[in-house]
Amino acid sequence: MGWILVVIILLPLGAALAVAALPRESAAGSVRPLALGVATLELAFAIWTAVAFKTGNAHAGFQFTSRQSWIGPLGISWYVGVDGISLFLVTVTALLFPIAMASPPVRRSPHAFYGWMLLLESACMATFLSLDAFLFFVAFEVTLVPGYFLIVGGEGPRRAYAATKFFLYTFAGSAFLFVGIIFTYILVQGHEPHGTAASFNIVSLARGTVNLPVTDQELLLVAFGIAFAVKMPLVPFHTWMPDAYTESPTGVSMVLAGVLFKLGAYGILRWGIFLFPLAAVQLAPLALTLAVIGVIWGSVVAAMQRDLKRLVAYGTIAGVGFIVVGLFGFTSQGITGGIVEMINHTLVTGALFLLVGMVWERRRTYAFSQLGGLQTVAPVLGWVFMVVVLADIGLPGLNGFIGELLVLIGTFITHRWWAVVATSGAVFGAIYLLWAYQRVFHGPARAVNSTVRDMTWAERAAVAPLLAAIIFIGVYPQPILSRIEPSVDHLVAHVEAANPGFKIPAKARGRGTFVVPKDQVVEVVAPPGPAPAKTAAAKPATKGGAK
Amino acid sequence: MSGGTYLVAAGCTINDITGKISGLCTAKGSIHISINYPALVPFFVLGGGALVVLLLSAVLPKRPYRGLWAGLTVAAGVGTVVDGLVQWQQLNGSSVTPVTLGDQLFYDHMGAFFAVLFGVATVAGAAISDGYLEREGLDGPEPYVLMLSCSLGAVLMADAAGFVTLFLGLEILSISLYAMSAYHRWRAASGEAGLKYLILGSLASAIFIYGAALIYGATGSLQYLGVVSFLADNALFQNGVLLGGMVLVIVGLGFKVAAVPFHFWSPDVYQGAPTPFVGYMAAVAKAAGFAGLLRVLMLALPTLESTWRPIIWVLATLSVVFGSILALVQVDLKRMLAYSSISQAGYVLIGLQAGTAQGVRAVAFYLFTYTFMVIGTFAIVGVLQGRGEARNDLSAVRGLASRSPWLAGAMLVLMLGQAGIPLTSGFLGKWVVIEAVLGQGQYELALIGMLGAAVAAFFYLRVALIMFLAPESPGAPAGGAVTLSATGGPGAATAGGGPSDGGPESSEPGDSGWAAGAGRAYSGSDLQAIVTAGLSARDRALALRPPPHTRVRVPAATAAVIAVCVVFTVFAGVSTPVLSWAHAIALPWSA
Repeated sequence: MGWILVVIILLPLGAALAVAALPRESAAGSVRPLALGVATLELAFAIWTAVAFKTGNAHAGFQFTSRQSWIGPLGISWYVGVDGISLFLVTVTALLFPIAMASPPVRRSPHAFYGWMLLLESACMATFLSLDAFLFFVAFEVTLVPGYFLIVGGEGPRRAYAATKFFLYTFAGSAFLFVGIIFTYILVQGHEPHGTAASFNIVSLARGTVNLPVTDQELLLVAFGIAFAVKMPLVPFHTWMPDAYTESPTGVSMVLAGVLFKLGAYGILRWGIFLFPLAAVQLAPLALTLAVIGVIWGSVVAAMQRDLKRLVAYGTIAGVGFIVVGLFGFTSQGITGGIVEMINHTLVTGALFLLVGMVWERRRTYAFSQLGGLQTVAPVLGWVFMVVVLADIGLPGLNGFIGELLVLIGTFITHRWWAVVATSGAVFGAIYLLWAYQRVFHGPARAVNSTVRDMTWAERAAVAPLLAAIIFIGVYPQPILSRIEPSVDHLVAHVEAANPGFKIPAKARGRGTFVVPKDQVVEVVAPPGPAPAKTAAAKPATKGGAK
Repeated sequence: MSGGTYLVAAGCTINDITGKISGLCTAKGSIHISINYPALVPFFVLGGGALVVLLLSAVLPKRPYRGLWAGLTVAAGVGTVVDGLVQWQQLNGSSVTPVTLGDQLFYDHMGAFFAVLFGVATVAGAAISDGYLEREGLDGPEPYVLMLSCSLGAVLMADAAGFVTLFLGLEILSISLYAMSAYHRWRAASGEAGLKYLILGSLASAIFIYGAALIYGATGSLQYLGVVSFLADNALFQNGVLLGGMVLVIVGLGFKVAAVPFHFWSPDVYQGAPTPFVGYMAAVAKAAGFAGLLRVLMLALPTLESTWRPIIWVLATLSVVFGSILALVQVDLKRMLAYSSISQAGYVLIGLQAGTAQGVRAVAFYLFTYTFMVIGTFAIVGVLQGRGEARNDLSAVRGLASRSPWLAGAMLVLMLGQAGIPLTSGFLGKWVVIEAVLGQGQYELALIGMLGAAVAAFFYLRVALIMFLAPESPGAPAGGAVTLSATGGPGAATAGGGPSDGGPESSEPGDSGWAAGAGRAYSGSDLQAIVTAGLSARDRALALRPPPHTRVRVPAATAAVIAVCVVFTVFAGVSTPVLSWAHAIALPWSA
């Protein structure tokens, strides 16, 4: 069934091209139904994939793989596949896009909005599904172009500034990834037996990288990490983010915050930790510190905002911090929790931006000073907002609880103090979100606020799938966890095998005997010692013109 | 002693009846040159084409058929492409580097590759020149003769196996380009461009030939293979002369490819010269210069690699950094593209700097794909600027997406391609360049290059932004959100007389009222700040002008060229063939 992932990637791409080719005037009315139809079809394919995905420890590897030589002389192939780590990111992405597209379009030209959205969906899917580093980078980078034009198509007063900043920050970050990927390939090739051509395929890269000296691994992980940290964004690299999210129209903020930043978090897991397990453990304190700073700082800054949309935007920084805390715990629970948090975050942030957009539709302002008392005039909107806020805070019975609990348990086992500090994030999160809720919905409804209408049926229909998913994951996470865990256990074992000095307690290793297909086995041949061997980067003979 | 053969010199005999020579004459006094005619076909085609155009122009009436000269040039270009491909096929499998014409020319895959490149550039250049020259009232055979001879010089540079041949090609190419730059009779800027190019170009040629002379003095040979074999057999105690010669040759060729700090001519020339010729020149002069550099550095002076690689390192870094940064502050599109092409040359230099087979592959691939991107871009600028090259500033593209969506889409692809966004050939080009340089372990250079690309992305995006967002605001003056200080005509540098049959302003009714309404479409957002970021006060006013009101008229041939360039830019970015060619060229160099 390898074709299904190809369809998932190419269907929105084809639709985007079709939208671009449709005549401007005569077909203006048919663009929206076409785009929504394609996005819904895409969701159907994504759900089909999740249902057909084989669970159990015998299926920890990539499923539905399809592989095709692409650019032969460079060792580049079309190689896509899905495992427990990427499976539900694909599903929630497919869920969020039709809802984001159904939000009221803000552009004069529907062609541009829907065309770019479909292209963005295709690129996001390709990023999650690609198992070839080149293909991954292409998809990762292509998301910038639709992202740029979508932000710039909004109506915020500083949208061009925000879009340009978004593009340049991420593009500059990607420069490091670009160099990192190629350098990884070259170092791996240097370690290949003579005459064997290396490739950008993730498995063969990993076979080489786990045996690289630790300094090389660290350098490369930092290069990868900068790109992903900008995209996520982790704290020192985040300044593009509040502008970009705030200036975008509702649907665009939804996918930017809900999907695009997950590309970074997913990237650090799939391409950072998996390729450089040794360096990942070495640099974990750094990553965890940045993440914990993000959790606290994002919450505090969010609490200080006077604008609802900026508050939600800063809140995502805290959410990202939490995810990274989970990933760099290197335990089965921690990483599973991190992935569940990614899924949650997509749902919750998507829903929050959708609801914030509804507030905007009614009041044309995000300022807390202008809002208040909406609960009495728009009770459904108020209650839905409340549920989403509680899910974000981590109320048991809603999805946030599952993720946060797993993250904190998992990371506590190996990196105790970071987990302890991060726990305070849950408290801060409760403060800024509940306070925001209170300021917008409680109190007397003065003046214009008293005439606000409640959610329409169309709006309820848009938010319903997100709410359903939030509650479903909260009460019955088993089908999701059982699909995620084998792949995570595989990753944890991989990290442990590559780190002779790093022992993960048995209870944090997952349930043991997973199996991956033969062509996906990565063996750590020689556990590398701490002393760095001669690296290609430091060879004076080849350094050439540097002096 | 009749009817037999006799010995004239050691190693060869001449039959006195048939005059047939057998064997290889090596002795003094005997003049015999073995000629491999298939290697010379591109010269016959291009030179013959130039002569045919010249002769026909003498016998035919002044304006015979519209498009005749361009058609003949296109035919010669196609002939060159076809011959290049035939040569490629015939050479298949030969790994040695054969020489011909008395060791003056290489006949190898690389030569065939560049012949195809120059043929393509000739076809595209001639096709886009036709509409331009007609619009400007400059139609005539001369530019096509010059273009063909320029291509001939370029092929000669790429095939040259010695410094004399290289210099010959360089001069044929340069002199044709000087004349082409100055060809727009009614624009003062064009004459200025030609003169500047002539003076600085001659200086560079002099520097080059002096360098070649020094190398000859040090090694006793003008042939690359002679130089390399001398350096392999002899150890020089004092190699100052040789190094000096090498540096001067690099300077001379670095001038042709417009590498910083030898780039000063290029913005002025790009801005002043007729637009289609600039596209052609940017592709051909650059590729020819790099072909020459590649052969000189890697075939003649591989033993000095540790010396020339740092030099190229510096040139590459400066070109990427300064090209990108200086392009940010340009309001004139052609000038901006000049700096952009300087930074693109920096990437080719990065590939060259690797000094490996992968570097050769990267250089070849980058140059081939850049040819399409740059010619396509200048073709679009050429149709947008309107009669008399009236509008070259950024505002000329304003609102293009609504005025002419297909053209805007094409421009977008070409801009993204040059910025190095994936799924375009520009991205794959950067990929192979960086791979080559990382193969040598130089991650600093790779990072400088890619961060330079991030800077460059800004000005490419700015063009896209202006095209897609700024709506047309018809000349009706309305209270603008900004006050614009500038007054005066449409741009200082591009001013000058218009074509005799129609004033320069005739294509732009309402131009006088632009200043008042300029800021209107941008009010209420910060678009204006992005559009004018980095520009000086006067340039800001230029960039905020309303777009020209005339309909954009794209001649059919130009449209076809633009379409081909766009399709190729995407095609080469997602597929193998071009890369495989570049790979095949690089194979003999990996030994």
